[in-house]
Amino acid sequence: MKTVPFEEALTRYEPVIGLEVHVELGTQSKMFCSCSTNFGAEPNTQVCPVCLALPGAMPVANRAAIESIIRIGLALNCSIAEWCRMARKNYFYPDMPKDYQISQYDEPICTDGYLDVTVDGKVVRVEIERVHMEEDTGKLTHSGGATGRIHGADYSVVDYNRAGIPLVEIVTKTVVGTGALAPAVARAYVAEIRDLMRALGVSDVKMEEGSLRCDANLSLNRPGDPWGTRTETKNVNSLRSVERAVRFEIERQAAVLDDGGRVHQETRHFQEGDGTTAPGRSKEQAEDYRYFPEPDLVPIAPSREWVEELRLTLPELPSVRRARLAEAWVIGEFEMATLVNAGILDIVEETVAAGVAPDAARKWWSGEFTRAASERGVEPADLPVTSADIARVEELIASGALNDKLARQVFEAVLAGEGSPDEVVAARGLAVVSDDGPLLEAIDAALAEQPDVAEKIRSGKLQAAGAIVGAVMKTTRGQADAGRVRELLLERLGVEG
Amino acid sequence: MSLIRDNASVLASAIAEGEVSSEEVTRAHLDRIAAVDERVHAFLHVDSDGAIAAAKRVDAKRAAGEKLGPLAGVPLALKDVLAMKGQPTTAGSKILEGWIPPYDAAVVERLRAADIIILGKTNMDEFAMGSSTEHSAYGPTHNPWDLDRIPGGSGGGSAAALAAFEAPLAIGTDTGGSIRQPAAVTATVGVKPTYGAVPRYGLIALASSLDQVGPCARNVLDTALLHAAIAGHDARDSTSINAPVPDVVAAALNADVRGMKVGLVRELSGAGYQAGVQQRFDEAVAILTELGAEVIEVSCPHFEYALAAYYLILPSECSSNLARFDGMRYGLRVGDDGSRSVEEVMALTREAGFGPEVKRRIMIGTYALSSGYYDAYYGQAQKVRTLITRDFTEAFEKVDVLISPTAPTTAFKIGEKVDDPVAMYLNDIATIPVNLAGNCAMSLPIGLAPEDGLPVGLQIMAPPMGDDRLYRAGAAVEAALVDRWGHLLIEEAPAL
Repeated sequence: MKTVPFEEALTRYEPVIGLEVHVELGTQSKMFCSCSTNFGAEPNTQVCPVCLALPGAMPVANRAAIESIIRIGLALNCSIAEWCRMARKNYFYPDMPKDYQISQYDEPICTDGYLDVTVDGKVVRVEIERVHMEEDTGKLTHSGGATGRIHGADYSVVDYNRAGIPLVEIVTKTVVGTGALAPAVARAYVAEIRDLMRALGVSDVKMEEGSLRCDANLSLNRPGDPWGTRTETKNVNSLRSVERAVRFEIERQAAVLDDGGRVHQETRHFQEGDGTTAPGRSKEQAEDYRYFPEPDLVPIAPSREWVEELRLTLPELPSVRRARLAEAWVIGEFEMATLVNAGILDIVEETVAAGVAPDAARKWWSGEFTRAASERGVEPADLPVTSADIARVEELIASGALNDKLARQVFEAVLAGEGSPDEVVAARGLAVVSDDGPLLEAIDAALAEQPDVAEKIRSGKLQAAGAIVGAVMKTTRGQADAGRVRELLLERLGVEG
Repeated sequence: MSLIRDNASVLASAIAEGEVSSEEVTRAHLDRIAAVDERVHAFLHVDSDGAIAAAKRVDAKRAAGEKLGPLAGVPLALKDVLAMKGQPTTAGSKILEGWIPPYDAAVVERLRAADIIILGKTNMDEFAMGSSTEHSAYGPTHNPWDLDRIPGGSGGGSAAALAAFEAPLAIGTDTGGSIRQPAAVTATVGVKPTYGAVPRYGLIALASSLDQVGPCARNVLDTALLHAAIAGHDARDSTSINAPVPDVVAAALNADVRGMKVGLVRELSGAGYQAGVQQRFDEAVAILTELGAEVIEVSCPHFEYALAAYYLILPSECSSNLARFDGMRYGLRVGDDGSRSVEEVMALTREAGFGPEVKRRIMIGTYALSSGYYDAYYGQAQKVRTLITRDFTEAFEKVDVLISPTAPTTAFKIGEKVDDPVAMYLNDIATIPVNLAGNCAMSLPIGLAPEDGLPVGLQIMAPPMGDDRLYRAGAAVEAALVDRWGHLLIEEAPAL
């Protein structure tokens, strides 16, 4: 596929972006029935007459889902409708049991909001057009055929466990004037939505499991011209992909326009492998979904009292919170982003609150515990170690009873279920050797083994001391205080540190 | 006593008193079905084993001294549009042939809880689309009054089962008159309750905003007893009304219309109504006056647009409601030979599985909802609906109930109108406004048209949740007629 280098494309064209984010709500039950929403169950085990659309079955709206979408709308500074209806979106597709999707059309529950995102220190206000409620479809798996899509497949199977899971669609207005920042703005927006959903506690927002999905719309126009024809890129399953997909479409559309061609209004699919997009269903003839108000459901009419009650439950916005913590911990945007992306901001904050220095809390969580969590395939916060444990270990380090290496051993044992840090220290006899006698013995032994090194040190090459310190640490199985060993060594050799 | 001719309330007390067992009553009805249903074809499926087992359970309960409900042990015919666990449920369509529901409709649960014996599933126009039961994919039902004539529709099977003494109780559904018009042409009683009064969960939807399940029987009191058994809130139907059910049984027992204000709807009689229908209706008006009701004429000017609005709203909703019959999960599947795409299999299944009337309405509805036409058709029809509702509201400010003939004609001949959809649709001209507005109405027999000797029905309409008024007025008219004739009109039906 022909492309124009990104920077060059931006010398001639202005990108216009629009983003549609789908968030699967983390409600216990589905949108219109009481089936479980747990991810990963055996196919077609979380189904009932309603979500299989058996003849005669009827939907009933899930109040918890309505509550979630109102909170999302409020957090995005939207107006909340006093009265609105669900609508049927009619089209035939085998992943949709009723052959219509219950969604919202011209009466969305939340409208006209915004979300600010920061990119390279610049604040971009992304305006929200609407936030509406709908239900998810089932999941089709296509077997055979080269494309993994329904056309050309030998056969397809469908899992209706996902059918009817509440889905919130957040649609932005068009975002203009971002120029070269467009891909980064798109990414930052999706990341911000993700953090906001997490802060609201309405979804687990796992892009890899599909509980957060993004469609990226992009068009290019020459400065001063009307907006160009847009494409909608689907299958964008990670933050990195959002950025890559927007970037690639800029490069691709620029090449089309440079050649005097016209961009086709179509749905495209992002290809993880090479970072390109490929055409999907053509939208040249807009599909007619024959929307009409869902007659099986009464209108949604949230009372103003309820909306105000929900407003009081809103958490601190992620951006505000990040700024506050970054200032308190004296860290920059990059360090903060690292904590957020690793999903450990909450637990680090909790650890700091337990009395651990911010640097130490960050160090433990982003190092030792992130590694341990990924080995076990769990979230860091779910590890069997508490903020109080970390606080205690830090105390022991500060008092000189433990060094870093020993502290790590203590945590390994804590994670292995051997008890609290104090219990581990006692049981394993882990303690810094503070008696100089055994250390001096070990130093003498090491010097005797490596007389050439001893000579170097005596002659003033202090960096050689590390070899002896290392040998001593080894003999003492790490239980020595390396600083004290070095002091004693230099004293022994009569060298000034 | 006659086990098959007696009314449900009589049978229920005989069962409760131990004069007869539910099993005997049930077997008598199964025998009757075996004897006459070949000619009537009221039933699509008879569940003899299930009915007898249920009857035995009721008899055992009685023997154990358990308290029984007011209709316990009495058999009932269930319209085949309600899901019944373990029993075929086709909605009169080939597309659902062989489907066995894994669940009970809310109404079926309530019938079971009331110890009512479900004999089987009755014939109907396919997906309840029709006024004659000729649109059933399984062949027409015959009117017991004249087997060459239609028993009304869509619930012709339920009405015919009552009129043929195959069951003393029946369940119907009414989207535009499918309970009331069959009742009118078979000399039985049928009520379309207030929209939302009886839960629709498990009712195979035709038009969700119009459909309502309702009771059918051979007299007003039985209808009221059945109404009380099935009405009331159910959380599984979002449109179900969460309020106490009006005391319809007390109203049926209080057959007194003295001081009641009755409105005669000017737009629903006169031109277009068969002379004998008009004559019997005029007599009913006279009876109401004699009984002490104050009858005045009322105008509902927008009713003349009701049929047009109805035939946009109904097809629009049904085009969407019937989308799920795509051969993917249940029922018929055609063309799945490994060579065809999923779209082709869906299309072939629907082509083969739906009858011509269903296809006609799906096409009308698909068109009416299409982008660019929506406002002119569906949108406009909804405005008319609002105006019709307003006509009713204004009328009920002046009167307690409204009346009209139920249907403009008596039962027509099978085949007479099947090729003329508009003539067929006109049968529902008097019943449709009630569905559009969501209020309630009853049809009860008021005599035979002199010119053809066929039954005529009186329609009584009341405001939403005013269902009790139907029973009070209906019971009064019924009592006056029984006084005059010495029996219910149905007793005059020819022997089968």
